[in-house]
Amino acid sequence: MSEENTIKDGADLSRREFLGTVTAGVAAAGVAAACVPFVSSMNPSSDVLAKATTEIDLSGIAPGEEKTFPWQGKPVFVVHRTPEEIAAMAASKGGKDPEPDAKRVQKPEWLVVIGICTHLGCVPNKTESGWLCPCHGSVYDNSGRIISGPAPRNLDLPPYHFVAENKILIGKA
Amino acid sequence: MNKLIAWVDRRFPLTPFIKHELTDYPTPRNLSYWWGFGFLAGFVLVIQIVTGIFLAMHYKPDSNLAFDSVQHIMREVNYGWLIRYLHSTGASAFFAVIYTHMARTLYYGSYRRPRELLWWTGQGLLLLMMATAFMGYLLPWGQMSYWGATVITNLFKATPVYGEQIVTWLRGGFAVDDPTLTRFFSLHYLFPFLIFAAVVIHLVALHTVRSSNPSGINLADKDNIPFHPYFTIKDLFGLGIFMIVYLLIVFFKPDLFIDAANNIPANPMQTPADIVPEWYFLPFYAILRSVPDLAGGVVAMAISVLIFAAMPYLDRSRVTGGARYRPIYRAMFYIFVIDIFVLGYVGAHPPAGTLKMVGEVCTAIYFLTFLLLPFVSRWEERFVLARGLPPAVEAMARKEIAEAEGNV
Repeated sequence: MSEENTIKDGADLSRREFLGTVTAGVAAAGVAAACVPFVSSMNPSSDVLAKATTEIDLSGIAPGEEKTFPWQGKPVFVVHRTPEEIAAMAASKGGKDPEPDAKRVQKPEWLVVIGICTHLGCVPNKTESGWLCPCHGSVYDNSGRIISGPAPRNLDLPPYHFVAENKILIGKA
Repeated sequence: MNKLIAWVDRRFPLTPFIKHELTDYPTPRNLSYWWGFGFLAGFVLVIQIVTGIFLAMHYKPDSNLAFDSVQHIMREVNYGWLIRYLHSTGASAFFAVIYTHMARTLYYGSYRRPRELLWWTGQGLLLLMMATAFMGYLLPWGQMSYWGATVITNLFKATPVYGEQIVTWLRGGFAVDDPTLTRFFSLHYLFPFLIFAAVVIHLVALHTVRSSNPSGINLADKDNIPFHPYFTIKDLFGLGIFMIVYLLIVFFKPDLFIDAANNIPANPMQTPADIVPEWYFLPFYAILRSVPDLAGGVVAMAISVLIFAAMPYLDRSRVTGGARYRPIYRAMFYIFVIDIFVLGYVGAHPPAGTLKMVGEVCTAIYFLTFLLLPFVSRWEERFVLARGLPPAVEAMARKEIAEAEGNV
């Protein structure tokens, strides 16, 4: 039985092809699996993930005052709104992204929004009537709703809940 | 696909290159698994570069942060422990593979004419690799890292006249400190790419002179087979065996090659009780310590590494096939290998009493092996020719002798 004969035999050739394909397939799967740890290592490490929640004590914020806190490396605006501001916001529907004020707060005197302009990510500055973004002039009201300017959406709300009368935990609804 | 390849081929010799270097590249059909270690070394180099790049994403080359950043990699980075152990075990694997690769070259006489340049580029690669490993070892900023770097940089004190200045220059300070760490990090990142380029040169030289083979004779064309698929498969099988051993260590004994003292942050005010280099430097370290003089020890150690380059000239036998047909050379080879292991043992233990003497004897044997080789090899050549050799080997030897004498 010479080698030429077995190679001409169609059955053996397809068997060889099959083995080749399976081997290459297993090798490709192995390489893909070996990539997983490397890709994964570029995701946030556990110490970064540990910063996922931030507890904020509200007792130090006077009525009418705004304070900025870092959460996951991003600024969060916390505003202690006055009764007049609450009333004004409840009466308004906002601008191009209308949303009732009641849907944006858990307790009307505490507004908690992510301080990143929904246009291109700058941090807006506090004004009497809300915020003004220094980059491209987007104007937000005291509910963080977009009034004018290029920003497409209202300021985003972080997930948070009250853990005590004067304490909130940002990062977990 | 064929159209795309044709498009490329008109602009770049892709298919001819693959044909010439792989699918048509003539390889001796009698190569054993000992010839697979060059491929393994290349593979480990890729592992080291890839894991190193990912480690560098999380490592901080600052004397205040370095140690903690390694702990950060081990504890907090996703799979950081795996990537670091692949890298630290990879360094040991690299040396194990390269030393085996060198031992094969020595045993089979692969350094002989016309492969001197191939051997010397390999020597250059070894030096680059040693420098890279040494600098990488400082980066975890543990006690062994620190004192290893201190001792090795101090070796340059042996330089006449400018010793002190050179040591200070190397360290960027009066002791190993932050400037040393940052430059070692920078160079540790650079050198692997120099190694990669040197590997390309090594391969160009290899593909010019072609692989040696265990028989030592130049094979007829019909005894050569294409590299691909025959040796790609053989190399891949060898890689499988290698990976089993390598990954067993990575997953089950990852601290095998990490000195416990290196888990203590570097302290410039206190040297650990026992300071030992990594295993792959131990024989050279033993030679350094066996010479009772700073400059003498440094010179002896440098020569012990560099002397391999002289092998094509020290070995004056024209009998091919390396140790296979040369009983005395074979005996010398094994004595040398055992000598290196004993030196390694000596290097790992404090030099005292008998061990000190053993180290000195082994150092003498180490250098005597090289110094006696020119005389022994010529005498052995006459001996084995008189005793009789396989016809093909004898014919090649007689041809080489005739050529050499004709040239004189």
